[in-house]
Amino acid sequence: MRLLAEGLGSMRGGRTLFQGLSFALHAGESLVVAGPNGSGKTTLLRLIAGLLPPTAGRITLADSEDPVGESVHFVGHLDALKGALTLGENLAFYRSLFGGGGDTVDAALGRMGMGTLAMLPAEVLSAGQRRRAALARLLVSHRPIWLLDEPANALDADGQILVARLMQEHRGRGGIVIAATHTRLDLPGAREISLAGAA
Amino acid sequence: MSAALAAILKRDLKLALRAGGGAGIGMIFFLAVVVIVPFAVGPDLPLLKRIGAAVLWIGALLASLLGLERIFAADHEDGSLDLLFLAPLPLALTAAAKAFAHWIATGLPLVVMAPILGLMLGIDARSLAAVTATLLVGTPAVTFIGLLAGALAVTLPRSGLLVAVLVLPLAIPLLIFGVAATDAAVTGEIPLGAPFRLLCAISLFFFVLGPIAAAAALRYARE
Repeated sequence: MRLLAEGLGSMRGGRTLFQGLSFALHAGESLVVAGPNGSGKTTLLRLIAGLLPPTAGRITLADSEDPVGESVHFVGHLDALKGALTLGENLAFYRSLFGGGGDTVDAALGRMGMGTLAMLPAEVLSAGQRRRAALARLLVSHRPIWLLDEPANALDADGQILVARLMQEHRGRGGIVIAATHTRLDLPGAREISLAGAA
Repeated sequence: MSAALAAILKRDLKLALRAGGGAGIGMIFFLAVVVIVPFAVGPDLPLLKRIGAAVLWIGALLASLLGLERIFAADHEDGSLDLLFLAPLPLALTAAAKAFAHWIATGLPLVVMAPILGLMLGIDARSLAAVTATLLVGTPAVTFIGLLAGALAVTLPRSGLLVAVLVLPLAIPLLIFGVAATDAAVTGEIPLGAPFRLLCAISLFFFVLGPIAAAAALRYARE
């Protein structure tokens, strides 16, 4: 499996965010998208997921039968949790929606250090706990490409170590991790793209 | 694929029925409309009997519009709409599942209430059966038309009025044939089958068109 980006360009609100961006990621590789606020990190991740159409260029997934959109997990800056549902119900929903194939809901919550919170409504969770819940989505169903937008935001020190370990494990299983961040992320051997921001 | 559809259906039903989900608002609105009409018209039982079916249809139609503007907007605000896009499902089917869940939570209770409210308007048993049957066929179509309006409303704040403006013109054929079928059952001047079958045909048309148009509107809103 190879993820190829060729000549990607994006314009948002009449402003060129980036252009001529190309990269190729093989199974087990990772990419850190760095850059200041507003430089287009989130936009690039959304382009890769197919949630936004690029203004130029294209994204392809070679040696895979599934389209890109069905091969990615996207953890954006919104946690996509329904406050009226319990944490367990939220995760069970995403497990069925994405076809399962990963950990059970309880196992994933245990892994994220929230094994005892499954019965709590999501609306009472703290920002860090919501972040952990969003990341638990990565575990309940298997998809080869992880697109993580500021994955370490709102997480405590333990949480950040945990995220680094999850990304490392995913790469070990032949997954691809693309993470956008404005801080440092613990991703050894990752390649880096720096978005300079629009001139 | 069917597991993913069932998951969407189950989640949206749970959300609608839990506190703050708003499933009961339509029922209260329907009750209010039907109760208020006799006060305006006066205690003229033959007149109420004659316009009863129309009152029930107008009440159910307006009540069906409530909450439709939130059908995708809520998912858009918390980020789950992005994830629905990434599900291994055609977007139109995702939209159809959401509309069906919305109808079960808000439309079906209206259909169940209709015969009880009809008694309050002095409608006889035969017409009650007819009006309930037409509402059972017609209200899901209103929801499916509203699905398109809900998709267009995703990026607009306070879009409740937009939904009404977009849906009502498209829902007029449903209203005409729904009430016509009920009248046919009451007066027997024309056979019930003709307007009722037309109502069914219009409903089926919107079951197909609504989700496809909503999916197109959602995709367009991304750009």
